[in-house]
Amino acid sequence: MIPALIVFIYLGIVLYIGVFAFRRGKQSSEDFFLASRKLGPAVFLLSLFGTNMTAVAILGSSGFAYQRGIGVFGLMASSSGIVIPLTIFFIGTRLWALGKRHGHMTQVQYLRDRWECSGIGTFIFALTAAMLVPYIIIGVMGGGTTLETISGGRVPYAVGGAVVAVVVASYVFFGGMRGTAWVNAFQTVLFLCFGAIAFLLIARSLGGFDQIMGGLAASPKAPLLSRERIPAEEFFSYMFIPLSSIMFPHIAIMCMTAEKIGHFKKTVIFYPICIALIWLPSVYLGVVAASQYQNLPPGETNDVIIRLLRDNTGVLISGILGAGIMACVMASDSQILALSTMFTEDLFAYYGGRKKFGAQAEIWAGRAFIVAIGVVAYLIALALKDKAGIFELAIRFAFSGFAALAPIMLAALFWKRSTKWGALAASLWVAGCVLGTWHLTRISDAIAPKPPTPARRAGGAAGGPAGGAPGLPQVVSRGSGAPVAAQPAAARPRPPKPPPPVQIYPALGDLFLRGPTNVTVYGFLPVMPMVIGSALLMVLVSLLTPPPSKATVDKYFPPGREGASAA
Amino acid sequence: MRWLLACVVVIVILLHQDIWFWTDRTLVFGFLPIGLAYHGAYAVLAALTMALLVRFLWPAHLEDADEISAPANNVVNEAHR
Repeated sequence: MIPALIVFIYLGIVLYIGVFAFRRGKQSSEDFFLASRKLGPAVFLLSLFGTNMTAVAILGSSGFAYQRGIGVFGLMASSSGIVIPLTIFFIGTRLWALGKRHGHMTQVQYLRDRWECSGIGTFIFALTAAMLVPYIIIGVMGGGTTLETISGGRVPYAVGGAVVAVVVASYVFFGGMRGTAWVNAFQTVLFLCFGAIAFLLIARSLGGFDQIMGGLAASPKAPLLSRERIPAEEFFSYMFIPLSSIMFPHIAIMCMTAEKIGHFKKTVIFYPICIALIWLPSVYLGVVAASQYQNLPPGETNDVIIRLLRDNTGVLISGILGAGIMACVMASDSQILALSTMFTEDLFAYYGGRKKFGAQAEIWAGRAFIVAIGVVAYLIALALKDKAGIFELAIRFAFSGFAALAPIMLAALFWKRSTKWGALAASLWVAGCVLGTWHLTRISDAIAPKPPTPARRAGGAAGGPAGGAPGLPQVVSRGSGAPVAAQPAAARPRPPKPPPPVQIYPALGDLFLRGPTNVTVYGFLPVMPMVIGSALLMVLVSLLTPPPSKATVDKYFPPGREGASAA
Repeated sequence: MRWLLACVVVIVILLHQDIWFWTDRTLVFGFLPIGLAYHGAYAVLAALTMALLVRFLWPAHLEDADEISAPANNVVNEAHR
């Protein structure tokens, strides 16, 4: 119960941060939604990074590494380490300048003004909002599950989910962007500090990672030490996924909060390092967990870090790290705020609310929306507790969807000739592809090849800590006094081969393939054709349709100035 | 300089696809799989690349927006009706 108490203390601290931010706030929508565009360099870096750090980063990456090995770091982290800073450098800085010059608070505000459109902007709003909502729901679900796990079941899922929903909604409600940014910065520091401590303590408890890794290398799980379980096409197409980052409304809005453009400098330089500091230990521990817990079903692999903490550290560190994991799970705060900002600016104010009810009503509309989304997310999380997979799937598709929206933003910022019709065509393509991928995944579930399961040997304990894997050398905690023994090479069983993907429509050959978890297009993830198709449609349809008026083009591309809009 | 930096970025992106370590299970220092060590180093390379871009391709023309304390709010944020 002590770890759970520490988590509750942590929740109290973040709640206080929100209230403290409220006291520092001013009564303007720009202050509530963007912290008056006055965030300093350290808070900007840490909060932008923290905003991107979701449960996927810690729990998902280690669970994924448990199944597929160290390649997960290159697949999801180091690709983000180069692509996300590039998008912040080229797109984030421009969005910041546009916001400063013209008062934009959301992407849709900018796109509407840039292309003189109304309904198309509303369509893009609906598309982005729909892809963001699953995140908020999964955040509440993750909070409930994590509190239940950390407390050993003493805090039921329903109570844990409610606590998380109330705490997050409260500090976003009171603190707005300032409170959210401060909480995110606090969470990032907490995780960076205590993550390193936990990593060392787990290593010490297990008798050193060299023994663990040596044992793995001599076992059927040796492919986890390389990228053998990740097809080359999948690895390549994952490079497109981080394009989604800047198109997530909470990231784009966060880019508008910097006080000075110089704050972006340190952010883009240190971003890859921060990613490595968080993801490298997570992926590594996921592989370590493969030697400790055998044959966990895919639905339970996301718990491996929590299991390692529980089994190898004291209650105090376990509790503090539990709080760190809660911090990642609770990353839905910035998404709730972003959704509230979009609702207020793109719908309420845009369709006459500001004119009718006044500027103050705007803030209260945003706050009311925060409460509403908190309640709705909690009720859905409660009702669909056992269907978390649906939302996890939705998030996976959302990444592809947001990535495929990136060409729209690039065209708006850097191409004068781009048009709203091009944006509409690309958006429709994205929406169609997301729904199509969902459909293909659902209809191919029955024929999905099952992941390989190593043959069980006597003494293997499924899911048990250090129970002795099927054919895996016994690597147990130092405290148990059991020896670490590797099998002779000649006695090693052959590692199971990953199952080949199957054709979803045999008549179409390898066009649509179904692997154990993903639908692919000729072996590549759908995100790749989605991004390429979106870019092509943006260009072709723009060239076939009339451009915006000269006044608008001159507003965003002032004559005599080189480069992108806002220049 | 702009084209040179573009080439650097493309090369860095290509270096991400380290096919040469795909099946290599070597443990660096006895505990770190070489594929993971490579991508850890790649993160440092990415940081250096960004430092190069900041140094030589910084959008200095945007810096005058620093001085704007209250945005013009000249965006048409109402439905075209």
